[in-house]
Amino acid sequence: MEFGLSQDQTLLQDSVNRFLTEQVPLDRVRKVTAGDVADSEVWQGLADLGIPGLLIPEDHGGVGLGSLDAAIVAESLGYHVTPVPFLTSAIMAPVALLRSGSRDDLLGALASGETRIGAAFGEAIGRRADAGFTVTNGKIKGKSIFALDGDADHYLVATEDRSLYLVAADDSKIERTNLATVDRTRSTCQLVYSGADAELISDDPAVFTEVLDTAWVMQAADTLGAAQSMCDQSVVYAKQREQFNRVIASFQAVKHMCADMASTIEPCRSFVWYAGHALDHVPDEKRLMACQVKAHVQEVGKQVSKTATEVHGGMGFTDLVGLHYWFKRIGANRQFLGAPEMLREEAARIQGFLAA
Amino acid sequence: MDLSFGSEYEDFRNEVRQFVEANKDKQPGGGAGSSDGISWQKKLIEHGYAARTIPKEYGGFGAEPDIIKSRIIAEEFGRVQMNTGLGGQGISMLTPVLLEVGTEEQKQQFVRPTIHGEMVWCQGYSEPGAGSDLASLTTRAELDGDEWVINGQKIWTSTAHLADWIFCLVRTEPDAPKHQGISFLLFKMDTPGIEIRPLVDMTMNANFNEVFFTDVRVPKDQIVGKRGEGWQVANAILGYERGSLAPPDAAQSRLNGLIDLMQRETINGERLMDNPHYRERLMQIQGRVLAMRFNDMRLLSSRINKDQDAGISGMIVKLLGTELRHELEGLAIDIMGEIGLSFHGNPYTRGGGSWQYQYMYFLGLIIGGGTNQIQRNIISERGLGMPREPKAVVKAQ
Ligand SMILES: Cc1cc2nc3c(=O)[nH]c(=O)nc-3n(C[C@H](O)[C@H](O)[C@H](O)COP(=O)(O)OP(=O)(O)OC[C@H]3O[C@@H](n4cnc5c(N)ncnc54)[C@H](O)[C@@H]3O)c2cc1C
Repeated sequence: MEFGLSQDQTLLQDSVNRFLTEQVPLDRVRKVTAGDVADSEVWQGLADLGIPGLLIPEDHGGVGLGSLDAAIVAESLGYHVTPVPFLTSAIMAPVALLRSGSRDDLLGALASGETRIGAAFGEAIGRRADAGFTVTNGKIKGKSIFALDGDADHYLVATEDRSLYLVAADDSKIERTNLATVDRTRSTCQLVYSGADAELISDDPAVFTEVLDTAWVMQAADTLGAAQSMCDQSVVYAKQREQFNRVIASFQAVKHMCADMASTIEPCRSFVWYAGHALDHVPDEKRLMACQVKAHVQEVGKQVSKTATEVHGGMGFTDLVGLHYWFKRIGANRQFLGAPEMLREEAARIQGFLAA
Repeated sequence: MDLSFGSEYEDFRNEVRQFVEANKDKQPGGGAGSSDGISWQKKLIEHGYAARTIPKEYGGFGAEPDIIKSRIIAEEFGRVQMNTGLGGQGISMLTPVLLEVGTEEQKQQFVRPTIHGEMVWCQGYSEPGAGSDLASLTTRAELDGDEWVINGQKIWTSTAHLADWIFCLVRTEPDAPKHQGISFLLFKMDTPGIEIRPLVDMTMNANFNEVFFTDVRVPKDQIVGKRGEGWQVANAILGYERGSLAPPDAAQSRLNGLIDLMQRETINGERLMDNPHYRERLMQIQGRVLAMRFNDMRLLSSRINKDQDAGISGMIVKLLGTELRHELEGLAIDIMGEIGLSFHGNPYTRGGGSWQYQYMYFLGLIIGGGTNQIQRNIISERGLGMPREPKAVVKAQ
């Protein structure tokens, strides 16, 4: 029995962490989010490590690893607030194409990081008043809002009946407008369709579900990493900042804030590992774990992101330290693709707790 | 990630399962044919399901330590909520310490009757003036010939009124620094000069007591470890206690009970489970129970695979686990409205009154065994390397 990461998984995480620490420190993140540098450069760097093709089998140009491997990479990306389209192009799109068996010609370019596929899932998860679209005879009309990845080449569009379509970003009948959100480390956009071509990828709701389950576990992992970073930064800061002639780390109020962060984060790590493992190996439990892991880790992450900011005092509130990048990253993971309240309701439904 | 225990353990699991099936109606409190706690304990030890790794010569089953086998026993017993035998501070706290630092005579004398439930112990640590700051305790023991003479007072002493013996921290070296002046003594509770006064706790039970010592005379050799080394001995015991205060398996089983309650109980003819507010709270608690369960798997794994780093996952169990249980039990009370208040023989009581009892009991555990504030101190200092509080200015006498 071994509940934990294998040697290969630790090596994978170490190599990703090393690359991100050296090549994508916060300064670089700032440049990317300010638009001075394209995030595609960072994505290409990760492509050299095989990250975009993690879940894609070797015969399609990927590295053929599993969901737990992907989750520990997601954790590192969250830790470093890395501005890359991992969730969409390395997770949601490959899972959708592989499970549905459609368009496997795209897998190679996804694995090499050349092609990016974004995700317009918001309307399938919970449609807001000013969005919605219809697909008739392979033509799509209407509007998606908050589609993930403002620079993708294609989008996977999920309908209310849980079918998945693929549209091309450069279709002349699609108008794309980027939407600013607080989290500038991942971009989102609005897509207005006026009869663009929509290619059916899957009409099997199970494929949609599987894509979302995997995405939720990755969002949990990303938040776990971001929260761990905020906790680590707080401890480091508290040990060096002095007030009343002593380091603030010696004040019990500060110590207890840090202890609360660290202790609520630690079980999240085990939870993310198990949920990642369950995606590939425990079919009976994977849906429940996916719902609950994202819901739980987001609650912890939200609390940690507040507490860590407080530990930094006024500095925590400034752009100078940049702690807000992590704060907003956690916030975005919470809202995109289903918020905790929705996931908990889904968890209850899966377990048969809702009235028939 | 490998969550199986391996096929070599399947035979063992079957053996445990057969025992459980054959004996589940014979356990204490199991109705007709049920046994009392002591004979049940004896049976468990004979089969190696209690006192498993304690050497045969001291009355145990004498098996080689095997974490996986212990885990399998816990799982199989847990599956049908089978009685896992006697607990208490003598078995869970004192026995491991005697086995580690006791003399051969002490092991011979105390371990067998303790694990068989024939010798019941209480823990005499806390004093009115020494709670969280336990090392400031002032109960004195002075050597007079071949005997220690003890004077002072303990408080919060659980089960002192039922105990045959006490393991007790006393100050033997008044001039030494406070952590180096303490000794760990064992003595009988019927020794002349001991007075026990029950203290009623918020559950309205007198589970703990005040214990007064007036010239209590105790043979000199009833000391564990050396003179002045009682603090180290005591800390070994606290280590045993903390890990066991809030086991995740018990939280899972209470959660199952809560789910059951919400599916059975109704308000205005509608199941409580159909109320979205209650359901939301239930699902939040479930998320936390799951997180603790997997944290526990990581801990178990790090004990089996010695090279695996478990981070601070052990240090946090008492803090998170006791808070979680308090909230879990509290949710059951909340959803029952006024019925949730029922206590002591009220005919509307659900679950034998266990929800209210456990709700309060876990508040006690948030305080006992090192308060959760003290846990946070430990986590920040030993887990995160943050500095200790500077010494306070000593208040004027
Ligand atoms: C159910 C129960 C059973 C018990 N059974 C036993 C037993 O069998 N034997 C035994 O010896 N003892 C027993 N105890 C006693 C228990 O160990 C003490 O109650 C506990 O250690 C706290 O000590 P205190 O009650 O003196 O509180 P205090 O130490 O006075 O604490 C009061 C408050 O001050 C806080 N505080 C104190 N010091 C610090 C600090 N340095 N930093 C931050 N906050 C601080 C505490 O967290 C708490 O909130 C039991 C207690 C309970 C509740």
